Amino acid sequence: MIEKKGIFKSIFEKPWEQSQILKDNNHDGKALPISGSKLAVRYIMTVSTVIFSLFVISYSDRMLVHDWKSMPEPWLLWINTAILVLNSYFFHKTKIAADNINYEKIKKGLFIVGFLAYSFLIGQLIVWYLLMSNDYYAASNPANSFFYLFTTLHGLHLLGGLIFWGRTTSKLLKGNYKFANLQNSIELCAIYWHFLLIVWLVLFGLMLFT
Amino acid sequence: MRDDNEYKIEAKSDTVSDVGTFESVTTTDIDYLPPKEIPDQDLYHSHSWWTTYVFSQDAKYIGIQYAFTAIGTGLLGLILSWLMRMQIAFPGLGLLEPAAYYQFLTMHGMIMVVYLLTALFLGGFGNLLIPLMCGSRDMAFPYVNMLSYWMFVLAVIVLLASFFVPGGPTGAGWTLYPPQAITAGTAGSNAGITLMLISLVLFVVGFTMGGLNYIVTTLQYRTQGMTLMRLPLSVWGIFTATVLAMFAFPALLVGGIMMTLDNVLGTSFFMPTVISMGEKLGTVGGSPILFQHLFWFFGHPEVYIVALPAFGIVSDLISIHSRKTIFGYRMMVWAIVGIGALSFFVWAHHMYVSGMNPWFGFFFATTTLIIAIPTAIKVYNWILTLWKGNIQLTLPMLFSLAFIVTFLNGGLTGIFLGNVTVDVPLSDTYFVVAHFHMVMGIAPILVIFGAIYHWFPLITGRMLDEGMGKVHFWITFIGSYAIYFPMHYQGFVGVPRRYFEIYDSPYMSVSGLSLNAFITVAALIVGATQLLFLYNLIFSARAGKKAEKNPWKANSLEWQTPEMPPEHGNFGKELPKVYRWAYDFGVPGAKEDYIPQTTPPSAVMGSKVEKS
Repeated sequence: MIEKKGIFKSIFEKPWEQSQILKDNNHDGKALPISGSKLAVRYIMTVSTVIFSLFVISYSDRMLVHDWKSMPEPWLLWINTAILVLNSYFFHKTKIAADNINYEKIKKGLFIVGFLAYSFLIGQLIVWYLLMSNDYYAASNPANSFFYLFTTLHGLHLLGGLIFWGRTTSKLLKGNYKFANLQNSIELCAIYWHFLLIVWLVLFGLMLFT
Repeated sequence: MRDDNEYKIEAKSDTVSDVGTFESVTTTDIDYLPPKEIPDQDLYHSHSWWTTYVFSQDAKYIGIQYAFTAIGTGLLGLILSWLMRMQIAFPGLGLLEPAAYYQFLTMHGMIMVVYLLTALFLGGFGNLLIPLMCGSRDMAFPYVNMLSYWMFVLAVIVLLASFFVPGGPTGAGWTLYPPQAITAGTAGSNAGITLMLISLVLFVVGFTMGGLNYIVTTLQYRTQGMTLMRLPLSVWGIFTATVLAMFAFPALLVGGIMMTLDNVLGTSFFMPTVISMGEKLGTVGGSPILFQHLFWFFGHPEVYIVALPAFGIVSDLISIHSRKTIFGYRMMVWAIVGIGALSFFVWAHHMYVSGMNPWFGFFFATTTLIIAIPTAIKVYNWILTLWKGNIQLTLPMLFSLAFIVTFLNGGLTGIFLGNVTVDVPLSDTYFVVAHFHMVMGIAPILVIFGAIYHWFPLITGRMLDEGMGKVHFWITFIGSYAIYFPMHYQGFVGVPRRYFEIYDSPYMSVSGLSLNAFITVAALIVGATQLLFLYNLIFSARAGKKAEKNPWKANSLEWQTPEMPPEHGNFGKELPKVYRWAYDFGVPGAKEDYIPQTTPPSAVMGSKVEKS
């Protein structure tokens, strides 16, 4: 295994020097010691983080204007948050099961995860319904607009994750896979789920305290 | 005696690294590389006509698809500019209604910046060059790459559809500032702007998928021996631009989503209290300045998303066509990375006249001027690469030289405009039009032309016609100066931009009027010359002179494929092994004046690279 220097350190190399040439000839062509798909998930999480950060900045800027009226947080949101926490917890369990090559547990884990994720989404829709039946519409106040925007975007991210969850689950059920690939998919999905939990906690916290 | 000799060589190797030192070792030893650790990529092989020619997953082919779509859209942008120029120079003809003028202005700007330049540099050259130059068989995720292209096509279709909806396309200017972009009175304030925003969102989504591939492939799927610092600067430019896009495009997405909601649902993210046509609208308290910040947080890095690939590509063209190692390779990489980082701290210099705290403007003026340092380093290094080089005045070289001059020109006026006090009076005049067309219109387009003349043999196996190319070059180069130089003067005189007709208003001197006619005639000629270029592309692809392998005698991997044009999978059975960087030109002691990256040390025994 060749030592990895990190991208920023490597830009100080002098590729034309004999000593460097000898080192470089042994290079395997990878800049980071992770798989391509893991880097892809990190890329997607970075882009999402930028998107949500810009929304949070816009939220903080818009909040300062006098017409801002904070919205009540229905109790159901707390339950949804709890579901999402459980969701992450079970994904972690599934990942451990995958590491231990325990098929039954992986299968059970994936089903629980999917069930909880869909419950969360349905829960969010019920929250929307409750708010709208109390006349909190998207256009009535910027606080409401941001609430609907945040929940929609977070939900869409989760739906995107569910596509990959579905592919992993169907692979498992059909049985045509290499085990290493399955382990990899489960690990990456789990990372993404934890990321979405953190995003939700930040957004929920922001709306709760302002 | 023999021992003596060896001793001498060893002592010498302190100052000169000498491949010849290994003479006592057998060839197989010097060329030894450890066995490959990374398994070969699984390649997708298409079986039907649809998956080969339409939904292709081969990066080279996707690059060409991107290029054609972008150039096609760009032609529309060119025609729009013709119509606008006709209106400006000859308002008496009554060619355009005021609304149409603003719609064309908006579409011209958006098409040229986003749908032509960004798509062509990253989608086109990124897809063509990254896998080939990194020595990989394809992009990391070919399916996602294919989706990325078709999202782009969808974005273009939605954009063009806005010409056919009631009210026509948006006429808000390419910056799409609210509230005017979505209030009645602006052309296309309903369907037009909505389609524009949807199109941009699609573009960003598609582009994010493409960027995923460029980043993962460049970092993780290079061939054995290809370190980051052995990559040609083209890849560095495209890679860094993609990283910028990863941070900048979300701002456009966020602004676009919120403005769409303001327009469709009547929310008040950006819409303040507005009295429109005597009626109070339902919106309260929104902040139009917030949109400007979001837009320019995207918009300024966008300038460098276009410029950095141009910088990278032109560095390679200059080095190859002057048969000389690029001067200061490391400095060039640092400058690319440095410019990329700095480009996120200068956005508000587009907003000096939007009304902000003077200290804020002072901060952004400072950062803007600081960015001139790495940029100047690059210009000096290009010139120092040319210095005492064996300059070949081929078409790519001509375009590269024209680029240096043009970029310098546009850069210098940028120093004027970066200062708040100078910018305020010039901001709404033709001086700004001249500046940004020079620096991010003409300069990158010249690089694109140079790059097409350079890599056309790689794509088609034939050379572009030299004669037609020379005509195309001289008319484009001199013509674009005929267009934009007078605009600097007009700007100083005070001719305001964005006006659809001026006639002989007090802002307009007699010389300004006749210059307007002159500029328009020049623009028509330059535009028409591009048709000659297109003809050259089609003609040469079918009947051009057959190109020999590696016609420019370049070192980088894209020319070292077993077949030219490269086939599916790029490198035949075995991926190439890389033994050197891409700039071994004129190495003393070597037989040829270039040593391709795949040449093992045993093949160039006795050649010396001087130590820095």
